[in-house]
Amino acid sequence: MRTRTAVVIGAGHCGLAMSRHLAARSIDHVVLERGEVASSWRTLRWDSLRLLTPSWMTRLPDRPYDGDDPDGYLSATAVADLIAGYAAETGAPVVTGTTVTSVRPGGVGFVVETDRGSWQARHVVLAAGTTRSVVPTLARHLPRGVASLPALDYRNPAQLPEGGVLVVGASASGVQIAEELQRSGRQVTLAVGEHVRVPRRYRDRDILWWMDAVGILDQRWDRLEDLDRARRLPSLQLTGGERPVDLDALQAYGVRLVGRLAGLRDGVAQFSGSLANVVALADLKLGRLLDLIDEQAGGRGERWDPISFPRAPLGLDLRSGEVRSVVWATGVRPDFSWLDVPVLDRRGALRHEGGVTPWPGLYALGLPLMRRRRSTYIDGARQDAADLARHLHERLRTGGEAHGSWTREAS
Amino acid sequence: MTTMTAPADNGVNVEALLGVREASAESPEITEFQWRSSVTWVNGTHSRSDVEGFYGFGAEQAHHTRFSLDADHPLQFAANDHGPTPVEYVLVGLGACLTAGVAAVAQQRQVQLRSVRATLAADMDLQGILGADPDVRNGFSGVSVSYEIDADASPEDIRAIVAQSQKRSAVFDIMTNPTDVTVTVV
Repeated sequence: MRTRTAVVIGAGHCGLAMSRHLAARSIDHVVLERGEVASSWRTLRWDSLRLLTPSWMTRLPDRPYDGDDPDGYLSATAVADLIAGYAAETGAPVVTGTTVTSVRPGGVGFVVETDRGSWQARHVVLAAGTTRSVVPTLARHLPRGVASLPALDYRNPAQLPEGGVLVVGASASGVQIAEELQRSGRQVTLAVGEHVRVPRRYRDRDILWWMDAVGILDQRWDRLEDLDRARRLPSLQLTGGERPVDLDALQAYGVRLVGRLAGLRDGVAQFSGSLANVVALADLKLGRLLDLIDEQAGGRGERWDPISFPRAPLGLDLRSGEVRSVVWATGVRPDFSWLDVPVLDRRGALRHEGGVTPWPGLYALGLPLMRRRRSTYIDGARQDAADLARHLHERLRTGGEAHGSWTREAS
Repeated sequence: MTTMTAPADNGVNVEALLGVREASAESPEITEFQWRSSVTWVNGTHSRSDVEGFYGFGAEQAHHTRFSLDADHPLQFAANDHGPTPVEYVLVGLGACLTAGVAAVAQQRQVQLRSVRATLAADMDLQGILGADPDVRNGFSGVSVSYEIDADASPEDIRAIVAQSQKRSAVFDIMTNPTDVTVTVV
């Protein structure tokens, strides 16, 4: 069995950022990767996807963005190439084509089983990304003949049968997919639950430039009043480009809005009557964001009219042939099915304080709002990995907290 | 202008509610509740419903007293009007739920309320319950709620409190989303 001080699982931007900081502290480690470097950026993204953050925000430790279009939006392939280039430049000790099948306490701290042998490590860093679609259980009740596709499996409109599409979910993925499908000539019905409306540009700057400039992205996880709620906040209704994809824009393209998908009975999709309220919540939230920016920047920028929409139907008969497919843009989660350490809560989410799990030596990266709002984006990996590498180093230096079999074997 | 302000007091014990939320993380069973009522036919369309016991916090519970509520239909329905109609009780439930929510959310956000009033209206076409037109549903075709709130907060903050109250309201959820209902005869 091979032994390292740390095993990092996943060679994406987070795993490589961690590797960089561990190397800087001369901590021996390996980065295990099931596919190639930046695998998910090549295999779990749709063809037209671009980052919704401007390119200058695609920074990694010691690696500012140095391309020729800092205000553009990188394609998924360009992100993958950038990360692969970073892995090569930094000489990260990546072992590709190695799928982790289990992480459990044992030996010097953890035993990491893979399809190509085992590793032992005092520390494990979970950086395998967000690779699992969350599809509501009611999807089981879709009538026969209606195609069903989670957003992670969506590639392009040609993948879906001709005819109408119900897109469930109006966060970044949902609005982007709805727009693309509507433009492909399909009638899209978009089921809208809670969402976050922001304009692409505000006062002649990208909205993310403002969120960076006024310190929103640096708000720390341990200073927020309701962290759970902040972490559950849906992604921004933005696309990687100048086109607006808010509910006004989508309606102008011809997308029909309905409320959150609340039920599926006898082939009929039932939509919540709460659409007016979720739209009002998003408009109020947008107002607060713009007010905050103005407070910090001085002056006052433009304001957008509240979203208006016609009275939405509460039901849609999926057996009528009008809708031929359903795309589930209902969220993504990390896959911890291989994690045999008792650190998951009753809903299967990782328990952690800013990426430090309650099990000594086990860390995580790349979770939404993990240590700061920036953690949600690629740009957050720099500081998050630096913080966790410092914590890990400190633990090494002080011999770590006493814990279970590791303490007994080490003493 | 800065003035000394007393902490907002809308008479809602927010700490107790948040305490339940925290405790439920450790023992999820305490948040499993069951609400109950019983109903007895009196005469005609007049019935009397009683509300007393419920289950929650892991044990049988009860109100401090038994509440009796009469329901009937108005004289215009050739009934005797011993109480509100059942559909009006639904509006009562929605208005009471949203208003309790407004008080709780305002308390949590440290907003002092001075007055809160709402009027509710539900549209309904009797063709449905009369069985005259199968395309008309029995229930409401739409419900509107209009609030007038006097509070120490901006109009936007007040709107945000009302929106958050809807987001967390049980009756709003019950009315806007489908619910399984099983009726049996023993």
